[in-house]
Amino acid sequence: MSTASPSTATASVDGVAAGQTPSDAAKSARRAALNRKLSVWGARIGLAVVIIGGWQAFTTWGIVDPFFFGQPSGIWSRLIDLFQNGTEFGSFYENIWVTIEEALLGFAVGAVSGVILGVLLGQSRFLADVLGPYIKIVNAIPRIVLGAIFVVAFGIGATPKILLAAVLVFFVVFFNAFQGVREVDRNILANAKVLGASQLQIVRHVVVPSALTWIIASLHTAFGFAIVGALVGEVLGAQQGLGLVIKTAQNNFDPNGVFATMLVIAVLVLVAESLISRLERRLLSWRPPAPSEAANSI
Amino acid sequence: MADANNGRIEIEGVTKRFLTPGGEVFTAIKDVSFTVEPGQFCAVVGPTGCGKSTTLGMVSGLDRPSEGTVKVGGKVVDGITDGVSFMFQADALLPWKTVLANVALGPIFKGASKAEAQARARDWLRRVGLTGFEDRYPHQLSGGMRKRVAMAAALINEPKILMMDEPFGALDVQTKAIMSNELLGLWEQSRPAVLFITHDLDEAVALADKVVVMTSSPGTVKAVYDIDLPRPRGSVQEIRFEPRFLELQHQIWDTLREEVERAYARTAGGPVTEGKAA
Ligand SMILES: Nc1ncnc2c1ncn2[C@@H]1O[C@H](COP(=O)(O)OP(=O)(O)OP(=O)(O)O)[C@@H](O)[C@H]1O
Ligand SMILES: [Mg+2]
Repeated sequence: MSTASPSTATASVDGVAAGQTPSDAAKSARRAALNRKLSVWGARIGLAVVIIGGWQAFTTWGIVDPFFFGQPSGIWSRLIDLFQNGTEFGSFYENIWVTIEEALLGFAVGAVSGVILGVLLGQSRFLADVLGPYIKIVNAIPRIVLGAIFVVAFGIGATPKILLAAVLVFFVVFFNAFQGVREVDRNILANAKVLGASQLQIVRHVVVPSALTWIIASLHTAFGFAIVGALVGEVLGAQQGLGLVIKTAQNNFDPNGVFATMLVIAVLVLVAESLISRLERRLLSWRPPAPSEAANSI
Repeated sequence: MADANNGRIEIEGVTKRFLTPGGEVFTAIKDVSFTVEPGQFCAVVGPTGCGKSTTLGMVSGLDRPSEGTVKVGGKVVDGITDGVSFMFQADALLPWKTVLANVALGPIFKGASKAEAQARARDWLRRVGLTGFEDRYPHQLSGGMRKRVAMAAALINEPKILMMDEPFGALDVQTKAIMSNELLGLWEQSRPAVLFITHDLDEAVALADKVVVMTSSPGTVKAVYDIDLPRPRGSVQEIRFEPRFLELQHQIWDTLREEVERAYARTAGGPVTEGKAA
């Protein structure tokens, strides 16, 4: 997990004892790092085995009823079945793509409008004072109600899902962008002004890059919200999509189907997350390294 | 907009008040008046919190006086003063831009093309001895190198007025001496008027034509000294041993000490120590 807080510490090499040559030190440091990595992975796999194995065992022994709680082996075969035989509403791939498309469009619309409005309001005290209460009111409406309104207004096509995803994304990104703009270093701002920057140049060279740390941190959470928006929209009313697949599985008392679809969604979010992390590394390459690699790797 | 073309700075009866968070009115400076002639190097010394940075902020146009006027080139300052560069007390480089891009900002803001701005930035980085560091980010430089970048960034627009707020305050003594010499060298080439804030009286006397001593808060001008040491001054380390330097230094220190002690007693509330600060 990456945080928005800039850090100035640099990585240090542990285990460099007095009297060791640099190459010895490097070797033993590498060995320590490898050992650490191995033990972390060992513990991770062990944990997965215990949870999934326990689940499988309890359901097999009848302590927990697989009819309500599903069963790992059942989930796996259901997953294969879904990919091979599809659903009542077209192939599984098609359904996955529908959800991805809605989530991506909602994400794009929400993130772009969030950044633009956040920067605008962060820059203009007047606009912030005028629009602030309205934004708070809209933000206070439970999103599921908004989803219902969108379905009523726009039918069961892609539009209400995109809108719902966009609204969820918008608020996360907006508040971060707004805060980021407010946190711009006063010295840097004064410096740019004295050097003769116009208002637009200040936004481009100072305000946006400075707020970018905040904005990108918010994108991590925001993509998860985009998927949630698309799924909830689909559950409320749709002809295709993973939300509909889950809803149908639920109605058919098919917990394995719900879990199998959930697994696919989790993979989607993780892939998106890693893409955003990559974007983050590229855009924020100017930042000093984090205190230790370990802090970055989760 | 005030224009520094004739870089004369006239500060006339300037008072600046701030509203504290508690709602009280705090007077930072009171009835400050002094003038800096075009091409003159003017140092401002005074105890901490006496309003030196505040004064500079009003000359640059970042801030407005509560009373009195600041004129640059005969015109009252309203908005950012043209032809002014500012080296801030705190680091003001953009951490997300490389050294080259940071220095190139001045020309870019003035409408130069990217290629031209970068060419000039390269030239200025060479002048401050940072060739080879163009692609580094500020956090990858030492404190002294960052100050050089800030100096190049401030001088690249060839200002008529250069304002420096304790530019070398955070540096060690040797680096400070080297940077002071470099500053003098660069200044002799284009001769802008300089308004230079420092805590270091030796530095002020070694560099300046004129030293303004401010009182402790609320700051006013306590005395103005003309430094008649010949120019070019040569190395700031050596000028310190000249009899005339010592004479001026003692004279100004006698004026300043009282204020420093008063400010110290007020903020620290502790015993007042005798002796020279710098
Ligand atoms: N925006 C502000 N609001 C309220 N008070 C302020 C503000 N800016 C400065 N002051 C006060 O004005 C006084 C003068 O501040 P200033 O920064 O000009 O001091 P200075 O002489 O530059 O001190 P130093 O040498 O420590 O940098 C200080 O007491 C400070 O607390
Ligand atoms: Mg100051």
